[in-house]
Amino acid sequence: MNMIVATRLTKRYDAYEAVRDLNLEIASGDMAAISGHSGAGKTTLLKLLGAVERPTSGGLIVNGQNLLALGRRALPYLRRSLGLVFQDQKLLFDRSALDNVRLPLDIIGLPPREASRRARAALDKVGLLEREKARPIALSGGEQQRLAIARAVVNRPTLLLADEPTANLDADAARQVLELFAAFNQVGVTVVIATHAPQTIPHPTRLIVLDHGRIAP
Amino acid sequence: MKSWLRQHSAAFLRALKRLRQAPLNTLLSLVVIGIAMTLPAAGYVFLENAKTLGESAAGTQQISLFLDMDARAATVKTVERELEILVPGQWRFVPRAAALEHLQADADLADIVAGLPENPLPDAFILEPAHIAPDELEALRARLARLPGVAHAQLDSAWVERFAAFLALGRLMVSLLATVFAVGLIAVTFNTIRLQVLAQQAEIEVARLIGATTAFVRRPFYYVGLLQGGLGGLAAGVLLTLGLDALQTPIARLAALYGSHFSLAGLSPLQFALLPAIGAALGWIGAQLSVSLALRSHLA
Repeated sequence: MNMIVATRLTKRYDAYEAVRDLNLEIASGDMAAISGHSGAGKTTLLKLLGAVERPTSGGLIVNGQNLLALGRRALPYLRRSLGLVFQDQKLLFDRSALDNVRLPLDIIGLPPREASRRARAALDKVGLLEREKARPIALSGGEQQRLAIARAVVNRPTLLLADEPTANLDADAARQVLELFAAFNQVGVTVVIATHAPQTIPHPTRLIVLDHGRIAP
Repeated sequence: MKSWLRQHSAAFLRALKRLRQAPLNTLLSLVVIGIAMTLPAAGYVFLENAKTLGESAAGTQQISLFLDMDARAATVKTVERELEILVPGQWRFVPRAAALEHLQADADLADIVAGLPENPLPDAFILEPAHIAPDELEALRARLARLPGVAHAQLDSAWVERFAAFLALGRLMVSLLATVFAVGLIAVTFNTIRLQVLAQQAEIEVARLIGATTAFVRRPFYYVGLLQGGLGGLAAGVLLTLGLDALQTPIARLAALYGSHFSLAGLSPLQFALLPAIGAALGWIGAQLSVSLALRSHLA
């Protein structure tokens, strides 16, 4: 069964086509790496897959949901079934690590005690349980990225999307982060990682190379 | 339902936290809102007291009811029965002969009256209505004028009309003042929320990216507006009550000098409760406008 099906997917910003006529299928349980030079369309494609951006044209089905047919009000509910990890992490620096991870659970209205329990479990998975009270500013780059991953997986998503998660990390921290993705993939989570260095992704089942918004032959 | 309540209580707590995070700004906003609501509320209380004062003074107003020249005893009885039903307060009958005697007793008029071929005065009733609003006196006069056997009903209305006009003008001014300050309150809330949205932009962006609905993002801001307006209204109620308490003794002393037992009436419990309710409603409107405008560019 396919987790992602894109058909002639196009995203245009004014006259600039970031993604053009892209056809793509990623099966459930895949560990896919999206590669390409800067400006190839990796981030845009990831934003489209994560329902952060709307396609200009074409078809896109993610986790069984046709994104073009989804109304504005339905989008947040789709996003809750996805885990997004951003290159700049997008952590809240005025909140503790635990509160950062709890945010998706607060959004779905989980009881506070249950939310804290699940957030601690997610922090434990990424090896940050002992830092639950620390603010992100007190964490290293690698720890911040692992915190972002904990926030992305706390809702038990079926699809995990990561945009350059190892950029700005040293080799050791990058390895730890990628191993985390591999671990989630092994328990059935579909993982799609946009990266400049696809060779670092452990056991990828798909490698997609983009060039000027299209899949390179 | 439980989840809905949980989300609202969480939003309410987040709103409280945001107000606490900037105590000086919150305090200043509450003072501004409190004063803005105190002024029209004080105007309203002043007018209500003036109206009460006018009603108590209305007892000194008279309506003279002149009967037809050929009115008989039966007509007088009929009018008396009607007055018992219609007139709250005192009245007395002045027979035409008694009125003439009264004129004859006046040394300046005695010669003129003596020269009259017959008594030109009609039977009359002198009415002193009590517990009636000044603007209702004219209605009573008109009604009495239509009674059978009544030739003319005369109200010493100059004072009453002036007072009614003063009250009407006062009401208009209070309404205008209330409107201006309501707009001011909405503007204050609008600005507070706008600044908060700017300060919370990172959190809003992240929340949207990980599945927050528009309602989830907006709710805490609505509660901030609601709380700010409600607390401002409460402050206005307290300020007004304290102010009226301070005026109570001097006004009672002044009234005593005029032989009156008038005392200043404050806000009723319902009127007191209305102030935070109105403040909360206006705060909510300000928050609604501000959030709609500020988040327009945010949502994909």
